Amino acid sequence: MSPISRGFHGRRHGTVDPLRVPPGQYVTRDFPVLSAGPTPRAHLDDWTFTIDGAVQSSMSWSWSEFSALPAETVTKDIHCVTKWSKLDTTWRGVSVDVLFEGVTAEGAYITAWSDGGYTTNLPLADVRDGKAWVAYEYDGQPLAPEHGGPARLLVPHLYFWKSAKWVRGLTLTVTDEPGFWEGYGYNNYGDPWREQRYQGD
Amino acid sequence: MEDFTVDGNALAGALAQSLGRDVTGERGTCGHCGKASLVAELVVYPKAPSPVARCPHCGDVVMVVTEISDTITVHMDTYAM
Amino acid sequence: MAGAALPGRLTWQLARVVEVTPETAQTKTLVLDAPDWAGHRAGQHVDVRLTAEDGYQAQRSYSIASAPEDDHLMLTVEEIPDGEVSPYLAEELRAGDELELRGPIGGWFVWEGSEGAPLLMFGGGSGVVPLRAMLRHRAATSDSTPARLVYSARSLQDVIYREELERSADGVEVCLALTRSWPEDWTGHRGRVNDALLDDIAWPASDTPAIYICGPNGFVEAISRRMVARGHDPVRVKTERFGPSS
Repeated sequence: MSPISRGFHGRRHGTVDPLRVPPGQYVTRDFPVLSAGPTPRAHLDDWTFTIDGAVQSSMSWSWSEFSALPAETVTKDIHCVTKWSKLDTTWRGVSVDVLFEGVTAEGAYITAWSDGGYTTNLPLADVRDGKAWVAYEYDGQPLAPEHGGPARLLVPHLYFWKSAKWVRGLTLTVTDEPGFWEGYGYNNYGDPWREQRYQGD
Repeated sequence: MEDFTVDGNALAGALAQSLGRDVTGERGTCGHCGKASLVAELVVYPKAPSPVARCPHCGDVVMVVTEISDTITVHMDTYAM
Repeated sequence: MAGAALPGRLTWQLARVVEVTPETAQTKTLVLDAPDWAGHRAGQHVDVRLTAEDGYQAQRSYSIASAPEDDHLMLTVEEIPDGEVSPYLAEELRAGDELELRGPIGGWFVWEGSEGAPLLMFGGGSGVVPLRAMLRHRAATSDSTPARLVYSARSLQDVIYREELERSADGVEVCLALTRSWPEDWTGHRGRVNDALLDDIAWPASDTPAIYICGPNGFVEAISRRMVARGHDPVRVKTERFGPSS
């Protein structure tokens, strides 16, 4: 047990509303940038978004095709496994439900994969029915590269490592395939309300 | 915005606690590109859920050090020391 | 170089703050008593861990500013605006407080003297901290290795340990390079470290100096590249990167 450092709070201030903020989290006003590697710099001319793997037939969109898809603006709270939460974040993007129109899934899991090699896995059910987006705007502006631009996955009901930055596609799988952090001891599912940070939580 | 990186010296404490010796001056071979580097010269991304060390030659991940519930685990499947 | 065996497995220990001393407007030195301290080598660092009442923890590394021969363990901390840890250490911590630390750490970026080869050091900003430990160790052991420190800082007000460096021991030359502003009558180097300065102050590769470069990433990369371009064996160039240049 570490001794308490008298007077240390970190960057955290004030009390948190337990109805809004999951256990063990604190609210931040800034937007910390966390990354496992260099920020990819995508060229929109070469950018594509693909749904493939265990599907009847793959789908792929160029940036101009993707930008023409019906989009929506949503305001969500986000929760990082490193304990910060940011409330009322506003995003604009395409609902994953729109992307799956016309896709016949033959697997119950997905691996989201990104430029730079990052991956994360989720049950397909956790990105359907209004639970997930591929977002390309944050706070009314094009999504900045350090926050995952040109587009990132947005899955606010799970810890934010599941909201893969620089996302380029979702690959459906028949078996659940642990992604980057999941393979290093982080929880396979990642529900912040049950504080599922690490394997075994 | 410049990527926030430090070098392998930043992992020295966790590595020493886990491996029982200082390894900053030791060389490892990257499992992706085959080139050798000093642990001290790995490119470390400290602002991540756990610090990630990449090969200074090819940029691929060679080491991840997690400190979970007071247990330090050094994942280095792609770094042969 | 074989890994140096540690006397017992490295783990967290407690130190007590004796004093917090201002160095510059942005930096403070923490003078500590660490009863379980096993001693260290100049150039090593410690990890410091802070724990809030609800168990939240934050951890950072700091170079040891003291020589192994000094009475107290010292750390010099640069306060980063909006930082999580450094503002606490620089503004809140006081004499009598406990600090959890893990160390000493790092067996590669160390200098122990009496090698025969001259000692050439480059410090950028707070990168001077481990180099100062090396100079203090040199003085405390009456080592006569010729030593040169090139210390790059924004202005005179940002030079840490200025008086101590001005009073340097025999055989030590300190060159200050001020990059943003300097006094009208400044006779030190103006601007960033460049080839002209290196021509003046750096030993040639044929003298095989032991080279230590510490500071922001950009500073370390630039100097390291220049030294290798000047013929120094990369094996003789040791680096410690503190993070992106701000």
